[in-house]
Formats: sequence, structure tokens, C-alpha cells
Amino acid sequence: MTPKTLFDKIWDNHVVRSIAGGPDVLYIDQHYIHEVTSPQAFEGLRQRGISVFRPHKTLATADHNIPTKDQHLPITDEHSRIQVETLKENCREFSIEYFGVNDPKNGIVHVTGPELGYTLPGMTIVCGDSHTSTHGAFGTIAFGIGTSEVEMVLASQCILQTRPKKMRITVNGMLQPGVTSKDMILYIISQLSSGGATGYFVEYAGSAIESLTMEGRMTVCNMSIEMGARGGLIAPDMTTYQYLNQIPPVSTRNDFKSLLLKWRSLKSDEGALFDRELIFDAAIIKPMITYGTNPGMGMAIDETIPAAGNDEDGTASFMKSLDYMGFTPGSGILGHPVDYVFLGSCTNGRIEDIRTFARMVEGRKKAPGITALIVPGSKRVEQQVIDEGLDKILEDSEFELRQPGCSSCLAMNEDKIPAGKYVVSTSNRNFEGRQGPGARTLLASPLTAAAAAITGRITDPRELLNK
Amino acid sequence: MQKVKFDVLESTCVPLPFENVDTDQIIPARFLSATSREGFGENLFRDWRYDKSGNKKEDFVMNNSQYQGSVLVAGRNFGCGSSREHAVWAVTGYGFRAVVSSFFADIFSNNSLNNGLLPVVVPEKYLDDLLKTVADDPGTMVRIDLGKQQFTILPGGDPVTFEINPYKKECLMKGLDDIDYLLNIRDIIKAFEFRNTLKYENRNNGYDPEGR
Repeated sequence: MTPKTLFDKIWDNHVVRSIAGGPDVLYIDQHYIHEVTSPQAFEGLRQRGISVFRPHKTLATADHNIPTKDQHLPITDEHSRIQVETLKENCREFSIEYFGVNDPKNGIVHVTGPELGYTLPGMTIVCGDSHTSTHGAFGTIAFGIGTSEVEMVLASQCILQTRPKKMRITVNGMLQPGVTSKDMILYIISQLSSGGATGYFVEYAGSAIESLTMEGRMTVCNMSIEMGARGGLIAPDMTTYQYLNQIPPVSTRNDFKSLLLKWRSLKSDEGALFDRELIFDAAIIKPMITYGTNPGMGMAIDETIPAAGNDEDGTASFMKSLDYMGFTPGSGILGHPVDYVFLGSCTNGRIEDIRTFARMVEGRKKAPGITALIVPGSKRVEQQVIDEGLDKILEDSEFELRQPGCSSCLAMNEDKIPAGKYVVSTSNRNFEGRQGPGARTLLASPLTAAAAAITGRITDPRELLNK
Repeated sequence: MQKVKFDVLESTCVPLPFENVDTDQIIPARFLSATSREGFGENLFRDWRYDKSGNKKEDFVMNNSQYQGSVLVAGRNFGCGSSREHAVWAVTGYGFRAVVSSFFADIFSNNSLNNGLLPVVVPEKYLDDLLKTVADDPGTMVRIDLGKQQFTILPGGDPVTFEINPYKKECLMKGLDDIDYLLNIRDIIKAFEFRNTLKYENRNNGYDPEGR
């Protein structure tokens, strides 16, 4: 038999039929929805007079525009409140499981799906959200879709998709102390550029990937879309199985043992062909930070911003970006004053991220003048933070713990960064205005965010690690 | 449901010579709270078109009345970032029917095709020249022939061929809809489910072969 990639194995398993010269009809095992990209899809079903084909294969959560303070009160912004109420109403009408604000299972869709055991190896998973790629950490084909496609899945549990090209990114070796999975993916994106993987689905492999926790793997897969890839996946292994074994809805299934056996085949065969192969060395990666307005504009924290390139449009875009950020080519970024710090999002809002941040700030104080938003990714993460006493550590260091949600990552709620202010953010996008009109975002790891929060400046976290 | 058909389009163009235009620029997140598909056009490129006080930024191309038309020409990697289909609704809501670039982000491209907005992919060098031509002469007319898969600068330019998936091309030309296609093969989908006796049937809910 011809050796196959992990991606092709899962994809082929889910092709209902192939349209000649066209896309495949791809069956979807798990569909996640949230309040922002679903209302028009439900409206479409009503206009067609049809029901949801497989209601129990869709799970809904409110996350994008909910407040992160006083969640027991009604949402004050009228549009947001209507949108969340519309989701609740749609789920009731179409018999879809819904975890609303204050539900102990509520949270960011890409944090709750895995922690509640809905995401399992070998699945196809979609959601009207580009960071659906997160779930690839479990060895799934998971990718973001538009609202028309959300409607397709609701109507038929399938979508029409063209098979993407395949890329394997191998990261060998060990990350240095103070360098995290977030730095690894920011480094990879800086090497490929923000459009460098467009048209591809990525498999991450190599010893540096294998040594990551599930949380770390989710951070890597999460940002696949930031280099244009539809998604990224990692073959399941002992780390994956141990994680799933801690989740009762999964570990107590009668067929758990047979699933474990079946999951063993979920890896790329020896000799499987990829359209593109890239190999990186983990040891040379330093703590990373972005200086521009797309995630490809990243560098090691102690480097200087590069000079503009040669092509005209490229230079115009590059200079527009630096103007927005208030930076100049050739300058360094270490020591630059910071106004805000955001810890959270589907990229870095998991328990491991908050532990990392808390350990760094423990016994230290937040710098005066820094406003920090510490936002757990879900109610479960929030509870775990409290159970582990991390909230006390944060409080002693003068940080306030918010309630879960997407928050400042896309600033649909009140958590907006004011115009012109600098924010070191653990989220995934530094686009113009992403965290509020005029906000200037520097993407970094939770460790680098903690270092900035303590010093009030862009600081290499390795300087603070052993002090 | 029948959608607007796309066949041949002749129009002037609006040039946007920036690379990596992300969907947060096309429609900022704070305008995503609507529950319908209408009204996004007025906030297309909101923060590039208007300043904080809501005044038009005169140096932005869409505020220059010389540049009009239903074809947007943009730098490479147009539509990257968020999967929000609202970005496409903003582009079509404003009145564009086609976007030309050297490549598009995958999700934006799919979303466009599902809304009758044609993404036209042309070679990088051709795009650079086109952006200059249109910027220098706002009256430049172009012709997009979907049937022939040709893009031409009028009058008399050499046509450049663009790729489109044959299925999607047929959908656009006939105004057909993927959902109608999927609804028509529900029985085939059910048979697929049965064959696979759903390996990954999850958690609380049992497999229900009859559907609900």
C-alpha cells in the first residue's frame, strides 16, 4: 500500500463522495458554534424550513462578546446581549446543547471542547472560527469555516471542501529554558510569513513537538491559521492518551480501550509524501515578540526590527505597519514601555498558561502604570486557578482575575485596549485595531507577558527566571 | 436557494495596494454583533475610511471619488485572519462583485464563492502592473469573463487566465447553492453514517440513525 499521511487517513475516512473536478463532501464528526458566526446560519435554516440534521453533533458556547466582569448581571451592550440570547434561543429551538454564560461548562469554544472531552483523535471538527485549528493537537482535522458552511453542517453534517496540500513541519531538539510553545509557533510563523502556508494543512512533528504538553500542542496548532494554513495537526501519542484519560466522559466510555487501539494507527506512514517539508531546530529559538501588524512580523526579543524590503508594495505595507506601531526599522524593542498586558484567549488561556504566569509574578508586584487583564479560557480553568491557589498569588502581586471569555483578543466586549497604547498580549493576532481601535499589540508568550507586567517594559523573561 | 449569477463583468476598479489585508480591517470585530447579513457594507474598511470622530480620511482610496467600480484590486494574501463571513458581506454589501489579487486566504476564498463574490487570482507581476495602471488611470476598464476564465484590461489588453474549481464555477454561473446540493444527498449521507456506525459517536448522546 502507498504510505499515507495522517491528514489523508483522516480525510479519506470522512469522504462521503467526491464531486468530479470539484470538492469532496466531507462528513463532520464534531461541530462547535458560538454567538457571532451562527445567527445567519440558523436564519438560513428557517428560510428553507429545515431542521438541524444531527443536533447532538453540534455544541454551542457563548464566548466572543461576553463581559469578563460581573457575568451574573445581564450583558449591558444591547447588540451583544441580543446576539447571545439569539444563540440560546436557536439552540433551544433546534435542540442543540448550549453552555451559556455562568454555566460551569462555559468558556472559549476551543478551550472547552477539548477539556470536556468532545474533541477526540481521528475526528473531523469545524467551527465558524479560524482558531478551530487548535483541536488538531489531538490528531484531528480541525479548521475554521464561514457562516454559509456553518449552515451546511447544520443542514447536512457535511461540507464541500477541496483537499488541501500537505506540509510537514518538523521541530527537532529541545526548547531552551524560558522558551515556550508560543515562542516556537511565533518563530515558525516569522520564518514562513503570514501567508506562507496558504493552501496547506500542516502536520507538526519532531522531538520538540512530542515533548510538548497537550496545552503546548494546542497553542502551536491554534496559530496554524496565522501563517495561512487551514489547520495543523499532531499525531496522538501517550501524552494525548494520558490527557484524555483524565477526562471522565472519555475515560469512562465502554469503548475507551478499543478507541485507544484504533488511535494507534493515527500517524503518517513511513515514507508518506508531503507537498512541502520544513525542518527547524528548537534549540535556536529564543523568546519571540511581534513588532508589526501581522503575526508573521515577529523576531527574537533581543533582535532589532528589520529594514524594509525592496519591492514597492511590500515596502508600503511594511512601513504602514511600523507607522501604526510607532516603531522604526533597525530599532530594538527591549526596554520599550508597555501600558497593558493581556493573558488569555484560545491561544494561551489554559491552566498551564496561568500557572506559568503566576509562577513568574509570585513574590513580585505588578509594575505601576500597567493594566493587566488575566482572563481564564473557561469556567473550568477559572475553577482550577482557584483550586490551585493561583488566584491568591495573582492577587498578592496585584493582578485581578477576570471571568472567562475571548475578551481582549478581539475586543468585541468592553475589554478594549485604548488607541495608541502598547499591549503585550498572549493572544494570536496583532492586526491593526484587533484589540481596540488604534491599539498596538505585541504578541508574546505568557512568560514574556509576565515579565512585561512586572517591569512595565519589554523584558527578556530569561533575565527574571532565576532571580 | 437561487443566488445571483455571475457571468461577465465589465467595470472600473478600486486599487488597494496593501498586502496581507486581514478580515479585521475589512470589517472590525465591533461591527460583528448583527444577527442578519445586511448592512455590513457601510462599515467596510471602517478604520481606514473614517477617523475616530467618524470623518472621512481623505487619503484613503475609497474616499477618492475618482476611484469607483465593482472590482476591488488588492495586494497579495487578501482576506487573511478571522473566518468571519461578515468580511465578504461587507465587500458585497458595498457593491463589489469581484476581488483581484495574487492569492487569497483560503477561508475568505471559500466564503466569497458561497456569496457570489468572485476571487480572481492573477500572477504577482501582473497584479503589480494592474495596481499601477489602475492607480494612474482611474478610468481603466477591465473585463472578467467567468465562462472563459479570463481577466482582461480594456481595450485590447492580453487576457490572463485565472483558475477556479469547475464545480464552483458552475455554481456561480447558474446561481446554485451548496446547501441545496447537500440537502439532495441526505440519503447518501445517512448511508455513509450507517456504514461507519459512527466510530466517534460521542459522550451523552447515542447514535440516532434515523436523525431527528
